[in-house]
Amino acid sequence: MLPKTERFKQGARETIADPVIQESMEAVYNGFHNNRQSAGAATEGWDDQRDRGRAIKEHTIANLDYYLEMLTDKVDANGGNVFFADDSAAATEYILSLARTRDVKTVIKSKSMVSEEMSLAHEMEAIGIEAVETDLGEYIIQLAGEAPYHIIAPAIHKSQDQVAEMFAETTGTDPGQTPEELTTTARGMLRETFQRADMSVTGVNFAVAESGSIVLVTNEGNGRMCTSIPRVHVAVMGMEKIVPSMQDLAMMLRILIRSATGQRISSYVTMVNGPRRDEEEDGPEEFHLVIVDNGRMRLLADPKLREALYCLRCGACLNACPVYRKVGGHSYGWVYPGPIGAVVSPVLSGLKQGKDLPFASSLCGACREACPVKIDIPNMLLHLRQQIVEGPSEVRSVGWMERLGWRAWRFGNMKSGRFRTGGKMANLMGRPFAQGGMFRRLPPPLSGWTRSRDLPLTASSPFRDRFNKRRTRSEG
Amino acid sequence: MTCLVDQFRPEVGESVVNVLERLGVNVEFPEGQTCCGQPAFNSGFRNEARDVARHFLDVFDATEGPIIVPSGSCGAMVRNFYAEMFEDDPAERERARRVGERIYEFTEFLEDVLGEDEPYLNLGAKLEDTATYHQCCHLERELGVDHQPQELLRQVEGLQMLPMTRPEVCCGFGGTFAVKFSDVSTAMLDEKLDNAAATGASTIVAGDTGCIMHMAGGLRRRGSRQQVRHIAEILDEASGAQA
Repeated sequence: MLPKTERFKQGARETIADPVIQESMEAVYNGFHNNRQSAGAATEGWDDQRDRGRAIKEHTIANLDYYLEMLTDKVDANGGNVFFADDSAAATEYILSLARTRDVKTVIKSKSMVSEEMSLAHEMEAIGIEAVETDLGEYIIQLAGEAPYHIIAPAIHKSQDQVAEMFAETTGTDPGQTPEELTTTARGMLRETFQRADMSVTGVNFAVAESGSIVLVTNEGNGRMCTSIPRVHVAVMGMEKIVPSMQDLAMMLRILIRSATGQRISSYVTMVNGPRRDEEEDGPEEFHLVIVDNGRMRLLADPKLREALYCLRCGACLNACPVYRKVGGHSYGWVYPGPIGAVVSPVLSGLKQGKDLPFASSLCGACREACPVKIDIPNMLLHLRQQIVEGPSEVRSVGWMERLGWRAWRFGNMKSGRFRTGGKMANLMGRPFAQGGMFRRLPPPLSGWTRSRDLPLTASSPFRDRFNKRRTRSEG
Repeated sequence: MTCLVDQFRPEVGESVVNVLERLGVNVEFPEGQTCCGQPAFNSGFRNEARDVARHFLDVFDATEGPIIVPSGSCGAMVRNFYAEMFEDDPAERERARRVGERIYEFTEFLEDVLGEDEPYLNLGAKLEDTATYHQCCHLERELGVDHQPQELLRQVEGLQMLPMTRPEVCCGFGGTFAVKFSDVSTAMLDEKLDNAAATGASTIVAGDTGCIMHMAGGLRRRGSRQQVRHIAEILDEASGAQA
């Protein structure tokens, strides 16, 4: 997917003005966010489990090369193939050439954010291969021709009416269908596709290094259909999605699922250990695991950003984030929205283009509090801000006006006399324009504030003067 | 004292001093102080922020005793973020640690230091009013100060606390965020003010002057009669009524 991260402000404005989306986004907090909190509260030692989950990720990412090698060996031994892709182009090319050489006509996909990085479904359609998303939410946005709005609920922004209308247009069903009827409609259409598909592309929630297993977490069972029916199964994973052992997997599943939906366990947890063996009845003839870098090495190389690779893609930070809930998923302009997206999207797709994203946060810390592995997202945003201001010239992008402004701010704050005089001058100069000690309209950049809020005039008698007066009085 | 209090809400500072003095604390105000450096730090201008932070450390390292700040945000800056900012400067980092250990947010100081030996600090405060508490982000999630202000408010006789929906959600201030991302910040403020209005309380109580200025500016623009005040002002008025 081509990044459009520079469109953040415009996208945000449009989304805030869209009452249907604003209404849908309430569900993100009232549903997912509250469910996660209840699930955490109901789990004994929840906070310790998060610490353990973080420790597992810390260890794995610190020894990533070791575990990737172990995983590769095990997948090979299980009869699968592993392909390392430096970027999404390489991953796409590998999968498309597999499809071509295996004479594939129809591909079914289960949910995979990495395949969104690659725009894989589009790429397949472009060479005449039918590619169908089988996760209901993904299916809906595929029909709409849109990118996912949320990491685990890609069509969260669509109202029931909008979905019913879309289904009516594409399938001729009654536009008044209820959600249950719509699900049945989708199920019917998908069932038929499942049966004739030659190849599946799935994501990977976890890859277990010690056994070479890949693990899918779903609630719709589509993951299991994808991994058992077609003759070729391709699993695509970001290189960070690895856990050392089955024991670690158990811990990670506990915290992932509770953080994502608030469930104790999802309806389906599917484990795949390579292609069908001789004695088995189901399963693909071929199994391929595509491990994608696509900029992740850049995160790994920066000690300040490395912990972004601990992310489990549960979406908890999105649900907790007051900014995401207002601006929605598409404003972030690339595959990953919300707080983790504000870190990952600019780094993976270009910091200069995505320079607004790290600043589009009030640094309220709700994301870090919600994160199952306690990723310090605010601190990473601060780091990226510093890079954009003071970093190497290829990422640096702040106007001279702002630079000058902060230099003046520094000057004014280095001596308390200057600070006091500055306040007094602002008071004197501002007084003719203020009403009742407040400004209603100010020129840029302060117009951003006064658009919706009054701004007070600086005090004619600051605290320091009042304190001194008080002391003189009590001494005198 | 925070730069915002000094310049925009000096009454908050006076209330802090009143409450502390009533409790027998000898309050000093080091004249040389300005800002802690947070605005520049949060905007990515670490060089400028570091210079101002050094000035802050010069001023406060020359003093003794606890440093009390009526702000979670400034408290968090010194206590949490100075270490990050001076990571390549061990000497300055050590000085930041030393000063940081003496920093207390106002309600934290009242409850955890002055009220250390009691289940709660009894200010003998009285105030007939209705109020709702907004949990400022940095106070809540950077410093972990949550029960202290709520406990202090609960102890004020006659003050009826009305719970707000989503009290922990950010009001949209975020420093320069409010200016640079005006649309987003405004949408967040609207949600906050709607939730506060729905309580019917006459006053929103909060612990950080940035958030207070933000909410107050929004309330005035709406023509609302609700007011927003710093917890120090409430405690001052309530305990002053008694004296």
